[in-house]
Amino acid sequence: MSTTVATGAPKKRIPVRPARILLHVFLTGTALAWLAPLLWAVYAALRPYAETSEKGYVSWPDKLNLENFTNAYQQSGMTHYFVNTLLIAVPAVLLTLFLSSMVAFYVSRFDFRLNLFLLLVFTAGNLLPQQVIITPLYRLYLLIDLPGITVSGKLYDSALGLVLIHVAFQSGFCAFVLSNYMRSLPHELTEAALVDGSSVWRLYWQIVLPLCKPAMAALATLLSIWIYNDFFWAIVLISTGENMPITSALNNLSGQYFTDPNLVAAGALLTAIPTLIVYFLLQRQFVSGLTLGANKG
Amino acid sequence: MNPMSTTDTSTQSPEAAAVPSPGSARARSARKAGQGHRRLLTRRDRLTLGLMAGLPTILHVALVWVTALASIALAFTTWDGIGFDAIKWVGLHNFTELFTNNPQFWPAVEHNVIWFVALILVPTPLGLFLAVQLDKKIRFSRAYQTAFFLPVVVSFAVIGFVWQLVYNPDTGLINSLIGANEPGRYIDWIGDPDLNLWAVLIAASWRHTGYMMILYLAGLKSVDPSLREASALDGANEWQTFRNVIFPTLRPTNTIVLVVTIIEALRAFDLVFVFNKGAEGTELLSILVTNNIIGESSRIGYGSAIAVVLLVISLVVIIPYLVATFRKERRA
Repeated sequence: MSTTVATGAPKKRIPVRPARILLHVFLTGTALAWLAPLLWAVYAALRPYAETSEKGYVSWPDKLNLENFTNAYQQSGMTHYFVNTLLIAVPAVLLTLFLSSMVAFYVSRFDFRLNLFLLLVFTAGNLLPQQVIITPLYRLYLLIDLPGITVSGKLYDSALGLVLIHVAFQSGFCAFVLSNYMRSLPHELTEAALVDGSSVWRLYWQIVLPLCKPAMAALATLLSIWIYNDFFWAIVLISTGENMPITSALNNLSGQYFTDPNLVAAGALLTAIPTLIVYFLLQRQFVSGLTLGANKG
Repeated sequence: MNPMSTTDTSTQSPEAAAVPSPGSARARSARKAGQGHRRLLTRRDRLTLGLMAGLPTILHVALVWVTALASIALAFTTWDGIGFDAIKWVGLHNFTELFTNNPQFWPAVEHNVIWFVALILVPTPLGLFLAVQLDKKIRFSRAYQTAFFLPVVVSFAVIGFVWQLVYNPDTGLINSLIGANEPGRYIDWIGDPDLNLWAVLIAASWRHTGYMMILYLAGLKSVDPSLREASALDGANEWQTFRNVIFPTLRPTNTIVLVVTIIEALRAFDLVFVFNKGAEGTELLSILVTNNIIGESSRIGYGSAIAVVLLVISLVVIIPYLVATFRKERRA
């Protein structure tokens, strides 16, 4: 351990001490090691298969191009799967925020006896491993006939089914975070509005919700990434490969179209790109969302 | 409410600071206000409120809790899934079968336990260590954080594929570097049942470290700086300050970290599924449950029995945690 004690000398330009330099060397080294697997994937994806099969993967490159990316994208028809994800994730995120904010509003603004219990039910449900409920859920989805509503005629193998389970599962976490947030808003605010005769709905929609924007933004970012990254629900609840969202489709695609490691690397990285973009653009929201209700795996 | 969310919400909403009454006084006034609210409600308002709370609750309870209870019920039956008449009560048969006759069950339990122990022993302290270093008002802190946190953002499926490129016996990074990628000298990181769990755990730890780092960074931000100053004035060195002053105040964060890690260990699925579908060496409870649904034989009662084991372990963790959390909230 270094000997840099954090003394209370604010704003003084701290002379660069050897310990600090050592710390930077350590952190840079570790950070590079952390990025190594991803960089290795990028490197493999940038090299033509012919070259790597001849020279081996650990070798100096002759040619670097994006061909693997375009091939992986076109051969597997990735656009289709990205659209599938979009059709699942956008409604799921909006619906989760809408429903959980209503529950949170009720729980935080109206002190009925049920509140704590309700919140407990939602939060505990969200902490359960998905596999605990999957067997009956799978059977339930097969049992529910929805002729004409979903393509499969059932809740099983449909985007609707995935949206519903995402909403049901994630709303627990969001209700918990949002109710904590709403509780920090002054009570006088809603009381005054009620005295003025505004309806409960107006109270929720025009007064409380707009004040929750920061928390909603953080949760929206977090939910988008989680739902985009979901693998398990779609693997079990979707049977037709064509209906899979991108993250789960990756598993089938890698067997069918991504025939060599270079294409696998390119395909996997393409799948990661949207999450990375969201993360880099909305890093603050993502991290604050994660620590806001840090009880989530 | 967990303390981290308390600090975060209060820094995020300026309105919160406007509430002058602290602690129990505030709770009391809130209760009063709640009653006041109720008296002002019209019939239509009550209906609106009922729907607002009711609809989401019905959806959540139907899909999460009813199914969880159904798992418990089905665990005592045998059913082929065709028609409700075919459901037969078999008592504890599924469980005795599971505990005594399934060669995959105890290895799966063991692997779930190893998963938790490995995560709590290696990436968690490492995440804490990195968080402490990055909390020192160091330059480029942001860049370092981004590097460590990147694996948390990427899906487990992608992580699985990326690490396969590292572990592949023929073309992978490790074997290529150590010259084990020729026939006869292969090290099969993914296929060898003695190695594959550890190979997967390295990938899992790679992600977990960043997650823990972020949680601890948030925890450290809420440590009162004057504590550090006082400790420094007392002549404590950095390690002593951390051990005797900082770490004890991180208790709430440690609780969250413990719960998150246990839940992660129980939920672990995607990574193993992508690696080798939970073949020999990497069996997990989650994988066994899933295999009984989408595997070749659909044994609903049996799969549910495994799910019940998973449920019981989870509730042992979840219930005390939530009770403690909500009790604290009531007091606050």
